[in-house]
Amino acid sequence: MILFYCIILLIAGAIVSWIAGKWSPGAARIISLLTVLTDLIATIFFIFIPEEKGTPWLINMKAEWIKVFGINLNFSLDGLSLLLLLLTFFIGIIAIIISWKEIKFRVGFYQFNLLLTLAGITGVFLSMDLFLFYFFWELMLIPMFFIIGIWGDKNRKKAAYKFFLFSQIGGLLMLISILSLYFIHGAQTGVYTFNFGQLTGTMMSPATAYLIMSGFLAAFFVKLPVIPLHNWLPDAYVSAPFSGTILLAALLSKTAAYGLLRFIFPLFPDAALSFAPIGMILGIIGILYGAKLAYAQTDLKRLVAYTSISHMGFIVLGVFALNHFAYQGVVIQMLAHGITIAALFIIVWSLNTRLKTRNLDSLGGLWSNVPIIGSMGLVFAMASLGLPGMGNFIAEFLILLGTFKANVVMASIASVGLLASAIYTLRMIQRIFFGKKQVERKIDDLSILEKSIFGALIIVILWLGLYPNPILDIASPAINKSIIPLQSQSINSVNGSGLSSNKNIYFLH
Amino acid sequence: MSTIDFISLIPVLIIAGAPLLILIIISIFRKYEVVYGITLLSLIISFISIFVILPDIPHNIVPLFTIDYFSLFFSGIILISAFFIVLLSYSYIKQVGGFKEEYYIILLTGTLGAMLLTMASDFILFFLGFETLSISLYVMISFQKAKKLSIEAGIKYLILASASSAFLLFGMALIYTQTGTMEFNTLAIYIKNAGLLSPLIIFGFGMMLVGIGFKLALAPFHMWTPDVYQGSPTPVSAYIATISKGALMAVFIRFFISIQGVKSADFFIVITAIAILTMFVGNFLAIRQQNIKRLLGYSSITNMGFILIILLIGGSRGVQAGIFYLITYFIATIGAFGVLSVLSTRAEDIEKRSEIKGLYWKRPWLAGFFTLSLFSLAGLPLTMGFIGKFYVIFEGVKSGLFLLIFVMIVSSLISLYYYLRVVGALFAKQKPEINNETQLPTISYSGGLALTLISAIILFLGVFPGWLLEIIIKWIVL
Repeated sequence: MILFYCIILLIAGAIVSWIAGKWSPGAARIISLLTVLTDLIATIFFIFIPEEKGTPWLINMKAEWIKVFGINLNFSLDGLSLLLLLLTFFIGIIAIIISWKEIKFRVGFYQFNLLLTLAGITGVFLSMDLFLFYFFWELMLIPMFFIIGIWGDKNRKKAAYKFFLFSQIGGLLMLISILSLYFIHGAQTGVYTFNFGQLTGTMMSPATAYLIMSGFLAAFFVKLPVIPLHNWLPDAYVSAPFSGTILLAALLSKTAAYGLLRFIFPLFPDAALSFAPIGMILGIIGILYGAKLAYAQTDLKRLVAYTSISHMGFIVLGVFALNHFAYQGVVIQMLAHGITIAALFIIVWSLNTRLKTRNLDSLGGLWSNVPIIGSMGLVFAMASLGLPGMGNFIAEFLILLGTFKANVVMASIASVGLLASAIYTLRMIQRIFFGKKQVERKIDDLSILEKSIFGALIIVILWLGLYPNPILDIASPAINKSIIPLQSQSINSVNGSGLSSNKNIYFLH
Repeated sequence: MSTIDFISLIPVLIIAGAPLLILIIISIFRKYEVVYGITLLSLIISFISIFVILPDIPHNIVPLFTIDYFSLFFSGIILISAFFIVLLSYSYIKQVGGFKEEYYIILLTGTLGAMLLTMASDFILFFLGFETLSISLYVMISFQKAKKLSIEAGIKYLILASASSAFLLFGMALIYTQTGTMEFNTLAIYIKNAGLLSPLIIFGFGMMLVGIGFKLALAPFHMWTPDVYQGSPTPVSAYIATISKGALMAVFIRFFISIQGVKSADFFIVITAIAILTMFVGNFLAIRQQNIKRLLGYSSITNMGFILIILLIGGSRGVQAGIFYLITYFIATIGAFGVLSVLSTRAEDIEKRSEIKGLYWKRPWLAGFFTLSLFSLAGLPLTMGFIGKFYVIFEGVKSGLFLLIFVMIVSSLISLYYYLRVVGALFAKQKPEINNETQLPTISYSGGLALTLISAIILFLGVFPGWLLEIIIKWIVL
């Protein structure tokens, strides 16, 4: 029940914060901060729970909801969701603190939307019932739509509609897939249920499995995003208020990655196997195309948005590489990318509030004006491009290692991505902080609050980079028990049925 | 007529007696609030009486009435909808020029017609209910005699509805000529034994379909919808969108299921074609709309298309899904129209999208209610509209109606676009075009009560629909 309470707490906090906002904006902010803090502390306690015997879950909860359809409230926590929950609440707190200074208009309603988005994200990470998963997937959208549409910049309307419609289309395709799965399973076994555990291993013809999987992939690929479904991202990221952008970049994209890891392979082992090469290619396209677009930008916020696409490409690559190393890399990348992208957007925000501009052409030589922002920028730029010692290096290294095991050519092409990320990152830093000084007046450097946020972020990213073992230990059982056995099983079954083709040989290292 | 006949007709009799009572009272003294109170009371008492007579159900009063759980459930829905509409009419009708109290009389007679329709198992009662409802609507639509648009809408509706009634009656007559019966069940037996249907019967069914299609605003009989919805007083638009369509849907469902229409391939094709056409027409015409009343009119067209799908699912399952979806559609539509009627002043209706811009910043609760109703119509999670859509998709996929379900999902997507635009307008930061000197009208208690209840129902059934679903599945078996 505790998992359910975590979500309910967020929703309750949202409502209370909204009401409190009518009297005092400060009260609203404090209430929402305390709500997320409570959940974060609870999640930290979850780290120390031993696994339940015989299941890969740390905590499992099941209750009836709509019996008629076979829908249950099924929430489960394992190592993977635990790590993602930690990320969610940590980034949530940072988003609230950023909104402290950024959002002055209808603060209570903003906190309501923010907390509701967090509730949706939490629900997505915890749901083990497919209907419930879809429910929370949709729930993430609406408050985010309001955040972009009300508190965004002058292009917010278009950005908000695009965001909503793209995500909704993906979501509806996923709904069709979920329903198809539900009915096929029901026709076969006579049991109509949305429970994920019971739906795995449903017998389907390869063509059906591929089609149904595509529905899920549509939803996940829109959110990750994967080229060519990424069209909504630059507008949404740029037009949203920075607090909202942090939620979008650091958290919402991870829900899609989580969905890929959790659902695709157990439900459709063979179809996913045959899709895997395409998936890897899509990942590489994302890495390289995102990097190219990032290099071309003059709007700083847009630039960071495109770097997000590039880094998520690594995640797509890793997910479809289908081996243990790559998966560990994916988990670390989810965490590290969340941290670094949040940090980069905070840097853009700091510069934006101080200089009222995000245009690279008007920025330059800022190191002498604001050395601390400069050093933070440098640190996280280095993190983003994968400097050893930071989390992203571990992640990208593991992913490339895993990809190398699967397909040497693809790994080599993907490594070019590392080079590309170095190019655009260093260009960005050089244009902002070094070179000819553009701004002569005095600018405030970071406040204590901002310094502490960055401090926390640096600690986490260094921890991920220098000592990732505890993280990997937490995640490993989840990866092992939920995902890998099904793959080796499917690889065996592919072998046994004599369907192995040349492509599969690459995967059998 | 035996005692039990009377007992089973009590809900109808109350709604029949109330207008008479009001007529008598008006001739003695005119007091708006008294008439209003009597109307509300009669609706409530009739609703309660449904539960009182439940032990005596089902009961047929041959040859006209079939009073079973289906008709009582539908009557209950109609009564509740009428209740909400009356609550929302209070402040709106109060500022209409001329005689006001007659509105409630006519509303009650219309509701009477609607309830009769739900109990009809025979052409005669079908037509009786149909006409009672239509005539009441003629008066209600043109009730604001001062507004030219209202009278225009009334005339349009009068002419078109009369023509469609003629079609309906003629179709019934043709079928009677061929089969010698007016009762649905006897008709069903005849058709089962007939094998090949004679052209007269098929023609008759086709003409009946024209009449029914008009009332339900199915394409291609939908042309009257935007003008009539826009011209009518806003609560009456809600009435047309819900009670008028719902009652007709009830009798159509009963008719279709008893003659086992789903077995006939021709019927299937025709209804499928109409459903798809309706869904598309409703959506594409709504996209460019700036006027919210017209937009809601088009949305009701699309929703009727969705409900046609359940006819094709056939059997009890389809009916159950259809009833639940109808409930969600009723509540959400009344909510949306309700907000509009509560905002309208003496001078003019609030109907353009530009007029509600930024409503959230002035009247947050109203904007919230409106948003909730629109989200329910769009079928977003947390609202009962989502569960309703899900149920129809669920049953549709189970019966293998993949093309229709696909069209339904595409329609839902398109509809999202125009609903979102209205919601976006609510939250826009510009000041609304409503004249800033004249205050937005203070919301009457009854209107506020209605909207609060509606929103609570939308949310509650969105999260806890199980109990209602179980009731429907257990009791509504056709």
